[in-house]
Parts: sequence; structure tokens; C-alpha cells
Amino acid sequence: MGKIKLLQGNEACAEGALYAGCTFFGGYPITPSTEVAEYMAKRLPQIGGAFLQMEDEIAAMAAVIGGALAGKKALTATSGPGFSLKQENIGFAALTEIPCVIVNVMRGGPSTGVPTGPGQSDIMQCRWGTHGDHPVICLTPAYVQEIFSETVRAFNLAEKYRTPVIIAFDEIVGHMRERIEIPDPGVLPVQDRTKPTCPPSEYLPYDESKGDVPPMANFFEGYRYHVTGLNHGSDGFPVNASPRIHTDELRLLRKVESNRADIVRFEEYLLEDAEVAVFAYGISGRSAKTAVEAARKAGIKAGLFRPLTIWPFPEAQVAALSARVKGIVVPELSLGQIILEVDRCAKGRCRIEGIYRVDGDPINPAQILAKVKEAN
Amino acid sequence: MAFQYDRYIRGGKLPHIWCPGCTYGIVFKSLLRVVDTLAISKDDIALVSGIGCASRLPGYVDFNTLHTTHGRALGFATGIKMARPDKHVMVVSGDGDATAIGGNHFIHACRRNIDITVLVFNNYIYGMTGGQYSPTTPSGHMASTMPYGNVDPSFNIPELAKGAGASFVARGTAYHAAGLDKLLIEAIRHKGLSVVEIINACPTTHGRRNKFKSPTDMLLWMKDTFMPVAAFEKLPPEKTAGKFPIGVLYRKEGLPEYCETYYGLVERLKRQREGRV
Repeated sequence: MGKIKLLQGNEACAEGALYAGCTFFGGYPITPSTEVAEYMAKRLPQIGGAFLQMEDEIAAMAAVIGGALAGKKALTATSGPGFSLKQENIGFAALTEIPCVIVNVMRGGPSTGVPTGPGQSDIMQCRWGTHGDHPVICLTPAYVQEIFSETVRAFNLAEKYRTPVIIAFDEIVGHMRERIEIPDPGVLPVQDRTKPTCPPSEYLPYDESKGDVPPMANFFEGYRYHVTGLNHGSDGFPVNASPRIHTDELRLLRKVESNRADIVRFEEYLLEDAEVAVFAYGISGRSAKTAVEAARKAGIKAGLFRPLTIWPFPEAQVAALSARVKGIVVPELSLGQIILEVDRCAKGRCRIEGIYRVDGDPINPAQILAKVKEAN
Repeated sequence: MAFQYDRYIRGGKLPHIWCPGCTYGIVFKSLLRVVDTLAISKDDIALVSGIGCASRLPGYVDFNTLHTTHGRALGFATGIKMARPDKHVMVVSGDGDATAIGGNHFIHACRRNIDITVLVFNNYIYGMTGGQYSPTTPSGHMASTMPYGNVDPSFNIPELAKGAGASFVARGTAYHAAGLDKLLIEAIRHKGLSVVEIINACPTTHGRRNKFKSPTDMLLWMKDTFMPVAAFEKLPPEKTAGKFPIGVLYRKEGLPEYCETYYGLVERLKRQREGRV
């Protein structure tokens, strides 16, 4: 029997991290994500973990990668402007294959925008924010309980695939309080990175012959090796020659692409016989669920596709959905970002209708219902 | 018997990228001798760097080595040290890496007094990108982005470190190599954040533009410009113009070290919990 708690989404995120074995937090205060740091600041010293409030977002991301390389499961949490600042080092973690988890509690705006309001307009930045081609896993929970469980999953995916994992939820879910159950230890699976078993003299940190995810040694465990943000060979040392760079970057993408079945998670609600679908995540997904129920009451066969993994994008699922509905409605707290992905996968097989809002308030179910009726 | 550098250099990773006449090799060898003198296990050292010529050094040495993003070495190093406070964490950085793009991390690492040894290779220029002026380029010096002479005032790195709260601040030069060994030993032994500014020469992108006819001239300039701090302090002010002290410039023992303070708190909480039980 787990523990029942009334928690805010941000607090549930911190609890999920602790459940997953996170013992390192590096952060910087920023609304609306600060409660994650505050919760970790209280809890980590109690369990012997390390809490660092760094001098800026960049250093916080750097410290998290350093902590992870030294063997810890490490977390940072931020919001829009801070997420922008972290991007270079997120790319460093992707290329050097150091597992870590980045929470982005999305607020509105470019620039300072609307710090206290919800947004979903960082979703393309989650995918493409750092420069260069790189693998990305990004999860989009919508309920406090789900923030807890998806944070556990984020750490598991980071460790399993040696890659940074982003959790992106909006300010409303981050600050909303809901009843959640924190399961007893052992109920949810917790995964640790695969370490090398070979003698140190034979260890190659980026040995593609060991599969797409080579074992990772922590610093100070006898496997002295080199980590660099330059493109590198299987031994970790810089390489600036073809074809290694090309083949290694393909391997990085393959870690995610060839494991979609494991990584991509979603909720399908009333979709079996649906003629109109709503594609929505986060707080927009919650409004959409209410709208779909209202549509059913009004005699419209509506259903909801709610991605919990937004990156990699659930391409096959959206393609299949587009082949059997008349239209897909895409409500999002941006001026039209994730709708581009839905449209790309639908390939003209059905109508795609967007609902956009960036004024600091959520999209309400009535707005979605109206669009569902239009699309029917 | 001559010192066996091979015990610390990674096989097959030389030659290094540094230009003929660059003095980084002198500092590199000093660091290896010092690690040997202190008998620190190679497994117990993390050597962290940012971007630039100096930051390529970790690739050549057989420690746990991390070559990070420009200016951010201290952020990564702080994370490593907090995760494993029982290990030696060192940073090598250049003048631009440490005090321009990494300036914020530099002063805050000093303020925290975390037990990291920071070696700032000051060659007064951005060498890797071809000779742009840095925060330490002397006034009037020519640089590719100061083609009419530098108008930008410069940092005094030891003063910056001291002002920011570092508890050990030293300066050495590539010319005074024997003295450098002693400084690095003291810096690594010191508990708390130690900064050693090491004056270096970049003949390729700095010397050639600034009337140094050869790399040797740059070393001789170091010989004439830098003097032991004890001698420097005895000189009347009119005789110190254009001269700089080397040696341990500032040291304060007994200040709280960051990890000790933090993990002391962890212990205190643990005792409180046990007391309650």
C-alpha cells in the first residue's frame, strides 16, 4: 500500500525523481518551476543527496551533467527562459550520452512572456532547441499522478538510453494540487545505467559494436576515459573525419528511433469508433477529455488521442488515426506548433483544425467542443 | 632518472595540437610532475576543461577527463565535486574561457570556496580562433578584433579571484617552471577553491602581432616582468610599474569548504533524525 498525498504537480515531479533514485539536483530559481527545486532542497539533504542552486541556468545544467557523470541520477527544473539558456549543455549531454532529466514547466511567451501563466509553446524547442541533429525524448504528463509516474519513467529512459530526457508540462498542471498515490518502493520499475563489465584497458565508452547504447562507466571507478563535446570515436577522443561522425550521429538518433515501441506512450480515449479526434497533451488534453465527453452526449462520435511521449512524435499512431477519422482537432497553448507534426503525419488524409491560445489562460472545453462540431 | 611522463600521458594521443613556441607544454609537464609528487591515484582525479587551446590538455592525460562547453568547466566540475567530494577535481581553462564567457562561473566558484583547483592559462589572447582580444589582453595590444590596438581594459585574474572569495590565489609563469611545480603542489593541497594564474605565451596569434620577434622573446619578457612576490613587495611603488608578482599571492586557511559545509548539514540532519528515534 503506497502513501496517499495531496501534492502539486511540481512537488509530484520531485517525488517521482526521488522514487527513481535521483540523488542530485542542480537548478536556478524560475517561475513556475521553482517548487521542484524547493522540494528537492528540503528532501535531498535528508537522504544524503546533493542539492545545488547554481549561479545561473547554464551552470545548473552543467552541474547536473557533472553529477551524472560521477554516478548520480541527476535532475534540473526550469521554465522558458531558463530552458533556452540550458540548450547548449543539453546538446552536450546528448552527444556525450550522459543520462539526465530536465523538467520544463512551460509558461507563456517568447522572452520573459507570462511567467505565471501556462504555455505549450516550448514544445518545438524541446525537440530542436539545441543546435545540431540530436536524439530527444520528451514526456508530456497532464495529471499530478502522471507527473509522478512519468518522472520515474523519464529517469528510466535516460538511464536505459544514455540520453537527456525532457519532461514538459505546463504551469497549470505544475501548480495544480491533486490527490496522488506514491507507490511503495519496487512497485514501479526503476532502471539503472548499464555499466561495463570488461577490464578498464578494454573499455571503449562509445563502442558501437556493443549495440546502440554502449555501457557507461562512471568517473572514479577505474575506467579512466575521455568525454568531449567534439564528435568522437569509439574511444571518446575527437574525430573530425568521415565516415565516423555520420555513422555515430545516426547511432544516436537510432537509440530513440528504433525503440519507439518502448518509448512512445499515449492515452486513447473513446477512439474506437470515433469520427472526430482531438489530439492534445498537458492541460489542453484535460480540457479535450471533457470536450470529448460532452460531444458524445451531443451524439458526436468524438475521441481523444493524448500523447504522454511527444518526442519522438507518435507518427504511426497519428497516421493510422488520420486514416479513420474525418478530422483531427489540435488545441494547444501556442500559435500552432504541434499541429505541424499532426499535419505532417496525417498527410492530407483528414481535416486538421487548430485551436490556439497564448493569453495566459487555458483552452476551455467549450472551445474544443465547438471545433469538434465543426470538424464533424 | 628523468621523469617518466609516459606514465601519465595517454598512449597514441600525442602530438598535441599546440603550435611550435606555445608554452602550454611546459605547464602540462609541470602538472604531471606535481600529480606524481603528491602520489594521487590517476583514478581519483577528474580533470575538467572548457573550450580553447588550454582546454585540449585533458585529452592527453590518463585521468578521468571531461572536455565541456565554452566557459562552463567550473559548472561541470562543481557537479562532479558535489557528487564525489572525496575525489580531486581540477579545472584547466584559458583567459577567455575562465574570465569572459565563464566569468560568472569563475567568481561563483571562488565565492563558494569549493575544493577545486583551477589553473587559468593566461596567454592574453583567444588563440584557437586566431587571435581575438580577451579580457586579459593588455591595453594597446594588437589583436585580430582590435586591429588599431586594444581599447578594452583588462582583468587582473588573481585580484578577481581574491575579490570573489577564493581562499588560495597564486600566479606563476611558464618561464618560472620550477616555481610553478611548487605553486601547483600548494594549490592542490589547499582545502578550498584555489586559483593559479599561469602566464603563457601564444607566439602565433599574440606575439607575432605585438613585436615579439620569437617565442624566446616572450619567455624573456616573462623573466623581466614577473618577480617573486616577496621581492615585489619590497620595491617602492615607482619601481613596480609594469612588473607583476608571482608566487602565492593570497591564502586563507580554515575557511568553510563548500562540500564539507553541505555534507556537514547532511550529517546534522541524520543525527537529528536518529536522536528523535
